Amino acid sequence: MEISVTVNGAARTANVEPRMLLAHMIREEFGLTGTHIGCDTTSCGACTVLLDGSPVKSCTMFGVQADGREVTTVEGLAGADGLHPVQAAFQEEHGLQCGYCTPGMMLVGAALLERNPDPTDDDIRWAISGNICRCTGYMNIVKAIQTAAKAKASVPTATATA
Amino acid sequence: MLPSRFDYHRASSVDEALSLLDSYGDDAKVLAGGQSLIPLMKLRFASPARLIDINPISGLNGIEERDGSLVIGALVRHNELASSETISNGYPTLAAAAPQIADPIVRNLGTIGGSLAHADPAGDLGSVMLSMGASVVLRSSSGERVVPIGEFLVDTFTTSITPNELLTEIRVPTPPPRSGGSYLKLERKVGDFATVAVAVALSLEDGAVGSAGIALTGVGLKNIEAADAAASLRGTAPTDEAFAEAGRLAAAASNPVTDVRGTDTYKRHMVEVYTRRGLAGAAAMTAG
Repeated sequence: MEISVTVNGAARTANVEPRMLLAHMIREEFGLTGTHIGCDTTSCGACTVLLDGSPVKSCTMFGVQADGREVTTVEGLAGADGLHPVQAAFQEEHGLQCGYCTPGMMLVGAALLERNPDPTDDDIRWAISGNICRCTGYMNIVKAIQTAAKAKASVPTATATA
Repeated sequence: MLPSRFDYHRASSVDEALSLLDSYGDDAKVLAGGQSLIPLMKLRFASPARLIDINPISGLNGIEERDGSLVIGALVRHNELASSETISNGYPTLAAAAPQIADPIVRNLGTIGGSLAHADPAGDLGSVMLSMGASVVLRSSSGERVVPIGEFLVDTFTTSITPNELLTEIRVPTPPPRSGGSYLKLERKVGDFATVAVAVALSLEDGAVGSAGIALTGVGLKNIEAADAAASLRGTAPTDEAFAEAGRLAAAASNPVTDVRGTDTYKRHMVEVYTRRGLAGAAAMTAG
């Protein structure tokens, strides 16, 4: 089935079987391997991408359902002027260890800050509660999203599209 | 994991979905949020020959009060329930449950209609709807019928919907003034199925309990309406003793099994505790 999707701002087309999951379409048809597949059972959030700006688990949606819609993967976070504030903050705060959950965590963090620019730690923990970090590095992930919120607030023009 | 092959049909109107259901009936499954159906298909517990994707249909996304009920479109996502002011202002049991369904990411796709039609005994919304006395609207090309939720939820993963029908909306009676409600859910972690959960809806009239509804999640072959527990409250004073007795009756109505989440004895005990606590919390809300 022929479909058209906007991926990280660029119009893309693909001819896929209806049963192909969005996660596989992103990785195999579009070559964007930053979208990780973890549990494959809707639990871990490693495959999280943004669909029209909202986080979804791409292992639990068919690629054909993204027809006509906008998908943002971790590769789409950085803008022309460098890393997204959330990416910069994950680097600064050591918000990752093995890195497997990181794309999902950062996309959820970026989506949260679009909706709630000044989150409490509880807001952040709530937002990432569908994402599992098996290194259990949650403290620094929360800290990184807080740091990103402050960075965005101090330099509002530096925000990339998320 | 890939599901078995299927043909994919996209419906852009209810009529188009109904005509596809007329053509394919039992061979087809309706795809709404997909957050239960797609995992089942990946695990090959379900292998429908065709999927009818109803997501493009507009008009099934509303949350509005009409004729004494809250009318919720089948495609309303869980996060839309959780952020609705109408719901947070007037439907406390539903307002309490919505942010506890699955996890925040799943709630962006999962729908109220899909969740109810899936009829998982560990599903949260079935109990909410039982406690609030809700109905579902089932449409087919020959008309529509309104089915009380207790008649809709037949058994584990089984409802009274027929293959040519589409669940289009949910009708939740508007609670009377001085109402309260709660949904207490015991889970090992966010996103896990409930070990035990209890939905409570309560109203007071002249110092006594007017209406009461209690329903249980994860402790039987379907969401269980604890009718005896609710009946024991009607007309009585909302005291700790009355709530404790309702807790005992609710526990007696539960039928849990021992599994990785706990023993049957533990779960039955938690039904009692959560019913008592939920009723006290709901009663406290009626004071305002």
